Amino acid sequence: MGRPPARRASWKAARLTEVRDETPTARTLRLTVPGWPGHLAGQHVDVRLTAEDGYSTQRSYSLAAPADGDVVELTVERVPDGEVSPYLTEIMEVGDEVEIRGPVGGWFVWRPESTAPVLLVAGGSGVVPLMAMLRERRRAGSRVPFRLLYSLGGPDGRYYADELRRPGPGVDVTYLYTRSTPDSWPRPAGRVMLDDLAEGGWPSSFEPDCYVCGPTGFVEAVADLLLALGHAPERIRTERFGPTGG
Amino acid sequence: MAIVSRGFRGRPRAGGDRLPPGQYLVEDFPVLSAGPTPRVPPDRWEFAIDTEDGRTHRWSWQEFKELPQERPAVDIHCVTKWSKLDTHWEGVSLDVLFEDVESAAEYALVHSYGGYTTNLPVEDLLDGKAWIVHSFDGEELSPVHGGPARLLVPHLYFWKSAKWVRGIRLLNEDWPGFWETAGYHEYGDPWREQRYEGD
Amino acid sequence: MTADHLDGNALAGPLAELFAVDVTTATGRCASCGLAGPIATLHVYGPEPGLVGRCPGCEEVVLRIVRGPGSAWLDLRGALSLRVTLPD
Repeated sequence: MGRPPARRASWKAARLTEVRDETPTARTLRLTVPGWPGHLAGQHVDVRLTAEDGYSTQRSYSLAAPADGDVVELTVERVPDGEVSPYLTEIMEVGDEVEIRGPVGGWFVWRPESTAPVLLVAGGSGVVPLMAMLRERRRAGSRVPFRLLYSLGGPDGRYYADELRRPGPGVDVTYLYTRSTPDSWPRPAGRVMLDDLAEGGWPSSFEPDCYVCGPTGFVEAVADLLLALGHAPERIRTERFGPTGG
Repeated sequence: MAIVSRGFRGRPRAGGDRLPPGQYLVEDFPVLSAGPTPRVPPDRWEFAIDTEDGRTHRWSWQEFKELPQERPAVDIHCVTKWSKLDTHWEGVSLDVLFEDVESAAEYALVHSYGGYTTNLPVEDLLDGKAWIVHSFDGEELSPVHGGPARLLVPHLYFWKSAKWVRGIRLLNEDWPGFWETAGYHEYGDPWREQRYEGD
Repeated sequence: MTADHLDGNALAGPLAELFAVDVTTATGRCASCGLAGPIATLHVYGPEPGLVGRCPGCEEVVLRIVRGPGSAWLDLRGALSLRVTLPD
C-alpha cells in the first residue's frame, strides 16, 4: 500500500457547505476542500482570507472532526474586535470560499491504533481538537476508554453539548465551570484544581496518554497538576492556543 | 493567485498623509514579542553607553530620572503595518545622554534585558530623533510595553525602538541585530517601506 | 494584554511551507543548553514580526522564521541538530 508522497503544504480552496451554531458566539463550519489528503485527529489548519484589494491575513484553527474524504469541519469562536472570526462566524455564507493550508501538526494527535486510555483536558475552545479525537474514536470503532474534562466559564459556552450528553460507552465527560454553574451543581465555580484531575481523570498508574489544549495559562497549570499526580512528562501532550487573537 | 473571500474586508485601513505606505491606524497598543517579558526592578536597572574605544558611561535609575526630561509626542509605525498617531511619552533625549560621550563611531548596537538587539546609525539617535522613555500616556511604562525603559526612535519602524533597553554599544562597523539577522531591513524607514532585507 | 507564548504546534503551518516532512515531531537539540525534545514543545513567540521558538528549558532561541512577501527566512542556529523520523 503506497504512502502519499511527502510534499510541502500549499493553499487550497475551501467552500462552505454547512453551518451549525454551537453557542451564541461560536459556530461549526463544514467545508469541502477538493484534493484534501486526509488528516489525523488533533491536527489543525491555517485559514487565509484575502480581501479584494489584495490584503490578506490568516489564523490557525483545529479540525473538529476526523478525516472524511473532502470534508473538513472547524469550530470558530467569534472574538470581539477580531479580524477573522467575525467573518467566519457572521459574514461567511454557504457557497463562500476561503483558503486552507494543511493538515499540519503531527505531534498533538491521537491515532486509533493506540491502546492506552486517554485523558483529554480542554480549556474553552481547546475542546475542538479533543472533540476530533473523540469523534475519531467513534468512527474507528475503538474501545479505548476516554475521559474528557472540559473547563469553561459556564454552561452556555459548551460546544457539542448534545453530542457530549450522549458520548457513548467508554467515554466519560466532566464539566468544570469556572464562572457560573447550573442550579444545584455539586462543584462550585472555579478553576481546575488537583482534585478535579484526580477524580475526573485516570490514575497515573494506568499510564494514560494525556492531551491538554486551551489558553497558555490553562495548559501550563493543568500540565503541572498532571505531573504532580504522577503522569510521566512524555505522556502529556499540550497545545496552547493564543489569547484568541481574532 | 489567492482566492478572494466574498465580503471579507479586514481591519479598517484608512489612509491619510500621516500614515506611511501600507500602514493602518490602530486605537489600541498591540503587544508583539520575541520572548518572555523581562522583569527589571529599578534598583537593579542600569543604562550604559560603551564607546568604540572601550569607555563606558553608566546611569542608575536614580541618575537617569534626574536628567532633564522631555515629553515627546510622536507617531509610531510597526513593520507589521499598524500605526499609532500622537503617542505621548516621557524620558531622556539621547542628545542629553551623549553629551559627554566622546566617539567617532558611526554605528550603534542597542541591547536589551532579555537579549534583544537592534542596530542603527548613530546619527539616527541624535539631534532630537530619539529618547530613552520610561512613561507612556502619563503612566509608568508597563513591562509588556518595554518597561522600565525602552528606546524610542519614531522615524524608523518600531522594532528599532528596543524594549527593556539596557545599553548602546558604539561600533565602527554595522552589526545587525535580532530582526535584522532574520530577514528584516537593516535601516527600516517606514516612508520608503523598508520592511525586509532587500527592500 | 499579555505577551503569552504558544508552543511549537504553532510552527507546523509555517514549517510545512518550507519542509515536506513534519518538523514539529522532529527532535531538536538546543545549542545553548543541550536539552533535546520535540519541536512541538518549544515556547513560541509571534507570529509577528516573526516566529521565535525558544527552548523550554533555558528560553534561548532555537529557531526563527520570518515570512515576507515572496520569501521566508529560517534561522536554525539555535538548534545543534534536528532529528526527523523518515520511512526507510
